[in-house]
Amino acid sequence: MKEYNLREYLGLEEIVGPVFIIRNIHNVGYNELVEIVDKEGKARIGTIIEAGKGFAVVEVLGGTSGLSLKNCAIRFKEKPFMVGVSEDILGRVFDGLGNPLDNMPKPLFEEYVDVNGSAINPTARDYPKNIIETGISAIDVMTTLVRGQKLPLFSGSGIPHDLLATQIARQAHVKGESFCVMFVAMGVKYDTAKFFIKSFEESGVFDRVAIFLSLADSPSIERLLTPKLALSCAEYLAFKKNMHVLVIMTDMSNYCEALRELSTIRGEIPARKGYPGYLYSDLAGLYERAGMIKGIKGSITQIPILTMPNDDITHPIPDLTGYITEGQVVLERELNGRGIYPPIACLPSLSRLMKDNIGPGLTREDHPGLSSQLFACYAKVKDIRALASIIGEEELSPLDNLYLKFGDAFEKKFLTQGTNENRSLEQSLDLGWEVISILPKDELIRIREEIIIKYYKKNKGQ
Amino acid sequence: MANVAGKIFRIVGPVVELEEVSSLRMLDMVEVGDEHLVGEVVRLKEDRAYVQVYEDTTSIKAGDPVYSEGYPLYVELGPGLIGGIYDGIQRPLEVIQEKEGIFVKRGVHISALNKQKKWHFIPLKNENDLLSPGEIIGEVQETSIVKHRILAESGIKGKIKWIVKEGNYSLNEKIAVIASKEGEKDIFMYHRWPVRKPRPYLEREMVTEPLITGQRVVDTLFPVAKGGCVAVPGGFGTGKTVVQHQLAKWSDADIVIFVGCGERGNEMTDVLINFTKLLDPHTNKPLSERTIFIANTSNMPVAAREASIYTGITLAEYYRDMGYNVALMADSTSRWAEALRELSGRLEEMPLEEGFPAYLPSRLAEFYERAGKVKTLNNQDGSVTIIASISPPGGDFSEPVTSHTKRFVRCFWALDKDLAYSRHYPSISWLDSYSEYLNDIKNWWHKNIDESWLSLRYEIMELLQKEQHLLQVVKLVGPDVLPQSQRLILEICNIFKNTFLQQNAFDKVDAYSSARKQFLMLKIILHFYHKSEELVKNGFAVIELRDIPIYNEIVRMKLAYTENDLEKLAELPQEIDKALAEY
Repeated sequence: MKEYNLREYLGLEEIVGPVFIIRNIHNVGYNELVEIVDKEGKARIGTIIEAGKGFAVVEVLGGTSGLSLKNCAIRFKEKPFMVGVSEDILGRVFDGLGNPLDNMPKPLFEEYVDVNGSAINPTARDYPKNIIETGISAIDVMTTLVRGQKLPLFSGSGIPHDLLATQIARQAHVKGESFCVMFVAMGVKYDTAKFFIKSFEESGVFDRVAIFLSLADSPSIERLLTPKLALSCAEYLAFKKNMHVLVIMTDMSNYCEALRELSTIRGEIPARKGYPGYLYSDLAGLYERAGMIKGIKGSITQIPILTMPNDDITHPIPDLTGYITEGQVVLERELNGRGIYPPIACLPSLSRLMKDNIGPGLTREDHPGLSSQLFACYAKVKDIRALASIIGEEELSPLDNLYLKFGDAFEKKFLTQGTNENRSLEQSLDLGWEVISILPKDELIRIREEIIIKYYKKNKGQ
Repeated sequence: MANVAGKIFRIVGPVVELEEVSSLRMLDMVEVGDEHLVGEVVRLKEDRAYVQVYEDTTSIKAGDPVYSEGYPLYVELGPGLIGGIYDGIQRPLEVIQEKEGIFVKRGVHISALNKQKKWHFIPLKNENDLLSPGEIIGEVQETSIVKHRILAESGIKGKIKWIVKEGNYSLNEKIAVIASKEGEKDIFMYHRWPVRKPRPYLEREMVTEPLITGQRVVDTLFPVAKGGCVAVPGGFGTGKTVVQHQLAKWSDADIVIFVGCGERGNEMTDVLINFTKLLDPHTNKPLSERTIFIANTSNMPVAAREASIYTGITLAEYYRDMGYNVALMADSTSRWAEALRELSGRLEEMPLEEGFPAYLPSRLAEFYERAGKVKTLNNQDGSVTIIASISPPGGDFSEPVTSHTKRFVRCFWALDKDLAYSRHYPSISWLDSYSEYLNDIKNWWHKNIDESWLSLRYEIMELLQKEQHLLQVVKLVGPDVLPQSQRLILEICNIFKNTFLQQNAFDKVDAYSSARKQFLMLKIILHFYHKSEELVKNGFAVIELRDIPIYNEIVRMKLAYTENDLEKLAELPQEIDKALAEY
């Protein structure tokens, strides 16, 4: 019956940026969907951000350009923004509002769900377990990604995080179970978008990837919806279809900028650097949609990517993200400058869920000791390099020189890999042993004796 | 049944403006719209009222009715709370999951306590006894370790006309009838209490006893008293949550209330799964048999996050009134303050620094003042200890929440990024942290452990301060120029940091150290210092200390001596004497 109840209103009172105010209406609910038809008969959509007696404030997701106060018709849909979900979205490309961009018809949807989602009941959650292999040594060995985890990439402008993101999307897999990737690009340039699509097509993984593209020139407001669309699809695939879903979102900074823009237009009181006070809650609303549920096989894992403004890790965007996510992978400008790809800075990177998910029976028995030892030794390398820059390398002890050798090998052999090089976890661990075996056995204090005997020698012989 | 109290005029996020309001009072609980979403009146103006809604307000329309029972936001207090998992307004999440599935739906009205379950009630009063508020009517064994004392609610004063015999009763059955001036009143095993109103007590008492947490840096260097408050600020990755978890697991409080306020869902899951498995070292029963969980994760409605802290402290006060020592863990109060800020912004109030409302300090003060040690109305000693973590943006302690909190707490554990970065856990900085409880609780240590506790504690702190200055010198000119006596200080502080201050939360032996073990370890390290100081005076090189076998014994004493080997550990000073006598 509600479907017949679509009322259409003509005329607006005021338009400010992406927001308009309409009066003399009734029975309009907060956060519901609105359709705006302009003079040319083209429809755009919006949501109600303030509902009152006889008036509503609407933000237009398609932007307000071309709208005038008199010539547009407004329809209130009496329901929140719903998104269609189905397995058919895999292998497809959509715009930021979920319309196909690949010249094919809309997929057949099996269900419509509210894009805003609901909070997962904490008692229903299962603790994340089992890892996702990304084929990248620095991540798999040092900051292992766990199913149900949210592990952001902290990057900076000019650092090839997009390249790394597509590499992860192409290579990531879980052993023996169905796996798919939601690739969300917010505010990216057209050539980057093209690069994403091409790289998925060429590597033959396109049929397990769904791409959501909100291009840089589309209205910024649209970006606020794009990740929610993708996460709604991910929830359906993970919790209804038992798939393991990896959601890669780039670039979260653009999302936050859009949020700030909208907040300013709404005239809200800013908290830090002009960002609204609810930035934390808003980001949590996205990030917390990762996880696992007791009794359900599927999982949602997230890799949000953000560029730190001015490489400042205390900027509100990385800061609040770090408070919500379970660790972070930090990309370093200095490594990038030296041509090392992927430029992952191992020391500030951390995966909080790693400790319970690696080791005998989970990955390989030597994994925990080796990663901890690599971390410790590489930290020492940094100290020795600092010392060497003061007193000169000639003055260093022979052991310190070995450390420097180890540091170089770690960066050039272990860290560095080709953009198409997909290393298995075994390969990565063996490579780790190869570089750490440069150091004498006595230095490996974080690895148990029997493990050293088993693996150290093996690689020494090679 | 609730009456219509007004109509919705406007909706902005979690804040709803009402018109045609007749009888609402400030802080009254209301039910908004046809779905009966729970909300609370936060401002009244002429015939308008502003309500903060604890659930998602999507699709709420202007003109919808709002209902009120004329009662402020309350919690239900009675047997069955322990082991429960509640959201910010005390809705049982486990029951919600059974009924609604994996997502938290809105408009769910489920009573916090199971009213059908039978409890074995033992009356402790007789007919014709006089009963006044806060007195114990009877007892219920709530879990194998918690005896729940049924308290007379406030406003009850009179003679017991009738009381049930010992037996099994549900919360729906009346257990007594009181005859008072106002007439007869039925008594049940539970009652309601408004969350924003502190529960009454006879009088406040001075704190005298430390909360033993088993964490060496805490108990020995920066102890908190039972009934005290402590703030734990730290940037992300500094291990705030691990500290909170350790304290919830190991502290010797009778009851622990764990409030997950706006934090990660997976972390809460970790707590929920772990606490049912882990055994309490003091009673050998699962930790969940003494813990109440309040889970309001970061993506749950923001207004309920604001309420969760009050729900937690009210539950804490209730168990305090039964004569228990209660510890409230709040992780994190910054999220709570941010919820205040968000709601304040929606109410269009004047913001102060970083957008926080002007009443932030007074709200913080109100909250922390609800901690304390009291003589309860039924003449027992009970206490509420607050351990609140703070998540300062960018790890900057000068931000409003941290700086205001410092005014109201007497104990401060600053988590240090550099320590965490070098994997020194718990990363509580010994330079920036402080505790004002030392003098209050020293007598406990002196009576139960050893007379020399406070002086040893000051001695090691002095050494750590000296080390700090020496390290600055070392940074400039290297360690070789220091005289041997000063290098010894560096060496001893190094031992102290590695063996004493660092504590592995995930190691079976190391996770918990009793007060006795802590004292012995401290004494041994200082004893070693004094003895080697004499050696060094006689020309012994500090670097050679490491070759003495006893050095190794000291370094690995935290793992080598379990709680059962403390007698042996107590002999270590003599062994040090023996070993060093040879040089």
